[in-house]
Amino acid sequence: MACAGTAPFLTETRTGGSLVHRLDARAKILGFIGFTVVVVTTPARAVWAFVLYAVVLAFLIGLARLPLMYVLKRALVVVPFVLVVAIFLPFFHKAGAGGYSLGGMRVSGEGLLVLWNAGAKAVLGVLSMIVLGSTTTFPDMVSGFERLRAPKVFILIVSFMYRYSFVFVEELRRMQRAMASRNYRARWLWNVPTLGHMLSALFLRSYGRGERVYVAMLSRGYEGTVRVLGGGRFGAADVAFLFVLLGAVVVIRVVSSL
Amino acid sequence: MARRPYTVIEGGPLLSERPPAVEAAGLRFSYPDGTEVLRGVDFVVEQGESVAIIGPNGAGKSTLLLHLNGILRGTGDLRILGLPLEAKNLREIRRRVGVVFQDPEDQLFLTSVAQDVAFGPANMGLDRDEIETRVREALAAVGMQGFEDRPAHHLSFGQKKRVATATVLAMRPEVLVLDEPSSNLDPKARRHLIDILQDLPVTKIIVTHDLPVAYELCESALILSEGRIVADGPIEAILLDDMLLAAHNLELPYGFAPPSSLARKRARRL
Repeated sequence: MACAGTAPFLTETRTGGSLVHRLDARAKILGFIGFTVVVVTTPARAVWAFVLYAVVLAFLIGLARLPLMYVLKRALVVVPFVLVVAIFLPFFHKAGAGGYSLGGMRVSGEGLLVLWNAGAKAVLGVLSMIVLGSTTTFPDMVSGFERLRAPKVFILIVSFMYRYSFVFVEELRRMQRAMASRNYRARWLWNVPTLGHMLSALFLRSYGRGERVYVAMLSRGYEGTVRVLGGGRFGAADVAFLFVLLGAVVVIRVVSSL
Repeated sequence: MARRPYTVIEGGPLLSERPPAVEAAGLRFSYPDGTEVLRGVDFVVEQGESVAIIGPNGAGKSTLLLHLNGILRGTGDLRILGLPLEAKNLREIRRRVGVVFQDPEDQLFLTSVAQDVAFGPANMGLDRDEIETRVREALAAVGMQGFEDRPAHHLSFGQKKRVATATVLAMRPEVLVLDEPSSNLDPKARRHLIDILQDLPVTKIIVTHDLPVAYELCESALILSEGRIVADGPIEAILLDDMLLAAHNLELPYGFAPPSSLARKRARRL
């Protein structure tokens, strides 16, 4: 059975005791989502505004004492996304002003601006979500969203997904071990049916699990709504955090379009 | 040791005046594919009793268990705490009958131990303070204080089993139904769970084929075989009848001999 420390497959929130960690989940959710929305609406030409946003985030990362390498590693998820944009770059705005020649292909200035726009916004958005995710435990996040009146169905789906992903991964591993113990190695195309059987077995097991969980819920009086215990209180520090963070980015945003 | 949340009410109604915890007569159940699993089950469990339902694999034990709080509803007469098993009584029956399932993974589905234990009391519509009290008490009753904020996947199997028990205890059930409580537990975890269950002054119905556990926790036993109750009596009488056990594909572990009633009482007092 899965015990502590045997499931590195799914990474979890780093625990820490910094000021940012201790804030109410609702303050952080509103703050970082607000931050992202403001960033996304900023005109791309205001390069200095993006630099300032990055400074704000860097300050928060420092305040939360998150290791820089950890944050950067996680930020790599935007790379494929930005690459896709970059691939289409030469085909954008063919007649744009101030183009460059790149190995026989013309790259337009407008196209570069699109890349910058998408890239900078993606990186900042992802970084802010990383700070949110790294300073808020999953249960806190769920209860934060719940208390922000997110639809209950979403809350349930997400929390079940989180809970059972660990069970699922453990089941998959047991199955792999059982197959390896009988000298199974996926070698070539004729091994595909085995993979199919494995996936269908996993599906059936998950389906059965779902049924049993539902029965266990009914047995404890489930009638369609899950009432989750609330977390802490929305205190002065939370108000201050939200006010300062959103205040700062809104000012940058307003000045950027002057 | 923390204060026990479960106390027997002094001056409560006499045993004989209270309706039986479970009263089944001619209970039958078939799955949609036509397999008849329960073929006329008759038995009575009085309140305050501890009864083991033992039987080989495929005897219908799990199916019967799912009837005790109305998850499955067969034909025939079934009364739980005097209430007929009807749609309008389900809510009350599920509040008063707690079921601890075999696989704790099925019973722990929320993001932390405290949330899982609070699930039942919250469904009962209790207020927040009361829910928190119940969570604290239930976790204390199974010796899992301090684990409130842990996610279930960080617990060992034995701990999960204890928390799963707490999720049900938090509802303060009058009847506790346990499906294979000792399966997959190592001796220490098994001992711990037996001690916890032994101390709970509620009606207990234990579905198992771990006969020593049944012997320790229950005064009487029912043998369910091929969808029928084939034996019903004091646990010593049933466990000492090797012919009966063998006839229903059951046997005591090698070398195990149930101590006599007297020795059992003495052992318990120590």
